[in-house]
Amino acid sequence: MPSIKEIRIKIASFKSTQKITKAMKMVAASKMRRAQERMSATRPYSEKIRRVIGHLRHANPDYKHPFMVERPAKAVGFIIISTDRGLCGGLNVNLFKTTLAAIRDWQKQGAEVSTCLIGAKGVNFFKRLSNVKTLATVTHLGDRPHVADLIGTVKVMLDLYRDGKLDRLYVVNNVLVNTMTQKPTVRQLLPVAADESDESKLQKLWDYIYEPSAAELLDGVLMRYIESQVYQGAVENVACEMAARMVAMQSATDNAGKLIEELQLIYNKARQAAITKEISEIVGGAAAV
Amino acid sequence: MATIHVDIVSAEGEIFSGEASMVFAPAVMGEIGIAPRHAPLLTTLKPGEVRVQTAAGDEQFFYVSGGAIEIQPHVVTVLADTALRAKDLDEAAALSAKQAAEEALRNRGDTIDSAKAQAELLRAAAQLKMLEKLRKIKQ
Repeated sequence: MPSIKEIRIKIASFKSTQKITKAMKMVAASKMRRAQERMSATRPYSEKIRRVIGHLRHANPDYKHPFMVERPAKAVGFIIISTDRGLCGGLNVNLFKTTLAAIRDWQKQGAEVSTCLIGAKGVNFFKRLSNVKTLATVTHLGDRPHVADLIGTVKVMLDLYRDGKLDRLYVVNNVLVNTMTQKPTVRQLLPVAADESDESKLQKLWDYIYEPSAAELLDGVLMRYIESQVYQGAVENVACEMAARMVAMQSATDNAGKLIEELQLIYNKARQAAITKEISEIVGGAAAV
Repeated sequence: MATIHVDIVSAEGEIFSGEASMVFAPAVMGEIGIAPRHAPLLTTLKPGEVRVQTAAGDEQFFYVSGGAIEIQPHVVTVLADTALRAKDLDEAAALSAKQAAEEALRNRGDTIDSAKAQAELLRAAAQLKMLEKLRKIKQ
């Protein structure tokens, strides 16, 4: 049986761990709320930009931007958004599993796969894989990612696509279903899927006045659209990270509580045993005198 | 008085949404003024300020660091950039992202990965603790 002092030290150490996990949980909860607000703030932009693209496509159906042309898939790119830090349960592992399944699928079809990694966990994981090329990485975006931090990585992939070295581009990130569930999701970025929902309202033939040229404008708008999609993914992933961390820290706190309870019992028993022993010693001593 | 609906949005959030009697924007070919029922126009913006005159006569200013503006007879949509964009700036960002990837790959050969090192450390610490306990029992 361990000594009373040892148990007491252990209980104290569990208690301080519990305090830390509890604090982390509360921090994660408040950060999650803010991340969710940022998530909803990105929505108007992507809606508006999608509408502009819809108008553009409708206004000149003959012109096809390379981002909208479907090509046979010989090379596939993945933009993988993971977290920078751990202690968030199985969030990243689940994401990587889903990604690997998608990558294997493409590899079976004979496509070459390359990746672009956002987040330190993804960099650590994918650099061990030898059959997947990593073209660009960015890490340590913090809890508040900015579009400016993502421009470079996205541009690397877009340039390759424009040169015909990539035929598909996907973005992989966690989607926040609710606080308890985060779902790893693979979305197609390029070629841009046709959005026909707006078509009926724009029956009349008309065209924009373009300044400078239509092609140049479409290029800029499409590039920003892709960037905003990746940014949205990054923001949503932060919200997922915080939600997952909150749940993980809650269960860690609960587990620490359970352990403390068990140890307290052992401690009480040990203490009682020591007292009993002492009394019997005193009684024995008294009897001897 | 006729008004035109104005939406100013950036990727990181909505900036302004409301009715206006006149909108001024720094288009790439020079500043433009947009009155209600303007012809459909699509153009890029340069860094500058977007001015929105409301029907009541007061004026609001918004700084944009570039972007695009779409004009429909009754709706103006400003897609504002949050970052300063220029061809060589973007190029530099792309280059640094590539370099970061190369850097990460170069470390692949190292046997001491930080995660691995951490695991080793934990194991060593556990072994030390075990040894100490054994020593105590022997005494």
